Amino acid sequence: MSGNGLVALVILGVVAPAVPGIVVKTKSLLTGRRGPPVLQLYADLGKLFRKGTVYSRTTTWVFRAGPVVVLASLIVASLLLPLDGRAAPARFVGDWVAFAGLLALGRFALVLAGLDTGSSFEGMGASREVTIASFAEPTLFLCFLALVLSTGDLSLSGMLGTPLAAAWPRAGASLSLVGISLFVLLLAENSRVPVDDPATHLELTMIHEVIVLDHSGRDLALILYGSALKLALFGVLVVSVFVPRAGFSGPLAVGLLFLGLGVVAVAIGLVEAVMARLRLARVPQLLVGAAGLALFATILQLQ
Amino acid sequence: MQNTAQVVLLLVVLTDLAILGTSRLSSCIRGLATQGLLLGLLPVLIAPQLSVHAVSLAVGTVAVKAVALPWFLAWAIREAAVRREVEPLIGFIASQLLGALALALAFAIASRLPLPAAQQPLLVPVSLATLMIGFIVLTTRRKALTQVVGYLILENGVYLFGLTQTESVPFLIELGVLLDIFVGVFIMGIVVFHINREFDSLDATRLTELTD
Repeated sequence: MSGNGLVALVILGVVAPAVPGIVVKTKSLLTGRRGPPVLQLYADLGKLFRKGTVYSRTTTWVFRAGPVVVLASLIVASLLLPLDGRAAPARFVGDWVAFAGLLALGRFALVLAGLDTGSSFEGMGASREVTIASFAEPTLFLCFLALVLSTGDLSLSGMLGTPLAAAWPRAGASLSLVGISLFVLLLAENSRVPVDDPATHLELTMIHEVIVLDHSGRDLALILYGSALKLALFGVLVVSVFVPRAGFSGPLAVGLLFLGLGVVAVAIGLVEAVMARLRLARVPQLLVGAAGLALFATILQLQ
Repeated sequence: MQNTAQVVLLLVVLTDLAILGTSRLSSCIRGLATQGLLLGLLPVLIAPQLSVHAVSLAVGTVAVKAVALPWFLAWAIREAAVRREVEPLIGFIASQLLGALALALAFAIASRLPLPAAQQPLLVPVSLATLMIGFIVLTTRRKALTQVVGYLILENGVYLFGLTQTESVPFLIELGVLLDIFVGVFIMGIVVFHINREFDSLDATRLTELTD
């Protein structure tokens, strides 16, 4: 464990709210609007932290625990990623299963909190979130499987660290398929455009936003920060696959990571600017397509 | 060159999967044209040295598979005013999964086939996968035009398999095959046109009665 990794982790925590900001700014500029400032989410979070929290009388401790569990699971998950391109703060054999499990735990807590309000809107959003997750999770596992096969390492630190850099020359095609598949997953898991439209606030079209309708004040701030962090975590995954940074010196590797994260955010903004949201019935098809890519990457490694 | 050929073969598989997943006929045809272009690049990339044979095969393939046939199919959908494949026999998600399965099967079979060692190890599995995916499109779609697309994908698979033997197949035979497909698709286009005029749709399942 190096100091660089910890510094990178702190920086990731600090810059995470800027990632959705860059996405929205790119989208606005490309569609001919000015858009909110890149740092808007920081202002929103500050405002929400100063506000009081309102709880409905039908909610129980499950609702209150939701945002805390969401954020905690994401922070622990971020400990498993090798941010400096070499080794993560926490690593063990099979930690990629833990990574997927922690993401699932966060989603589970969020969905339970949504259902706990007893509102039909939130129940609908929860059902959609889980439907999409049930397609997204196998894809994530297939991506990790292809990474395991191409690097021969069973921990995220290896899969995205030094062995990955060695695997690129011989398994480049397979790894780029994994990268594309992970990018589609990023869009789906974070409710970005082809899957969900975060700009709408009509309950009928949104997936993630509708679950958190009843959250307010600090709880909402935790959830908003959590979704920004989740977006950043998936961005880190995509960047780590495409740019193996083990060969660079520590600070340079960390710098490259955040540069890459910015590029990923711009790419998401680009997708949002040129695409419309898919019909809900078509979303599984997109995810099955992503799973197909990951499966193809796996098959290429197996032969 | 071999690495570029590998990337091109992967892109061929991606176009296969894209055609399996789309319901819009125009994107099907665009996918087919892209595939034709990729197939045209292959003889040049695979050939050990640049020969007149490889280059003319490439030019012929691009002319027929990437320009003439897609243009003709595009004309046919404009004439028949069909846009989408509605309700295929097997849904788009299921057919994509079937395609992934075909892909796995192709790689499994290709590693067991008693073939002389090819210069390009991906060629045989990709050709088998394209063949099977062409079969899936051909058998599970209802519209006559999508079935033509399926037939062409199938033929692309055969073409890919033939590429393992480019050096030993006379050029004239390959040109003959290309011409054959062109004429075949031309006839299919005319049949499609007549189905459309007769039934006001391109649904091949309506062709159940035989009268004169």
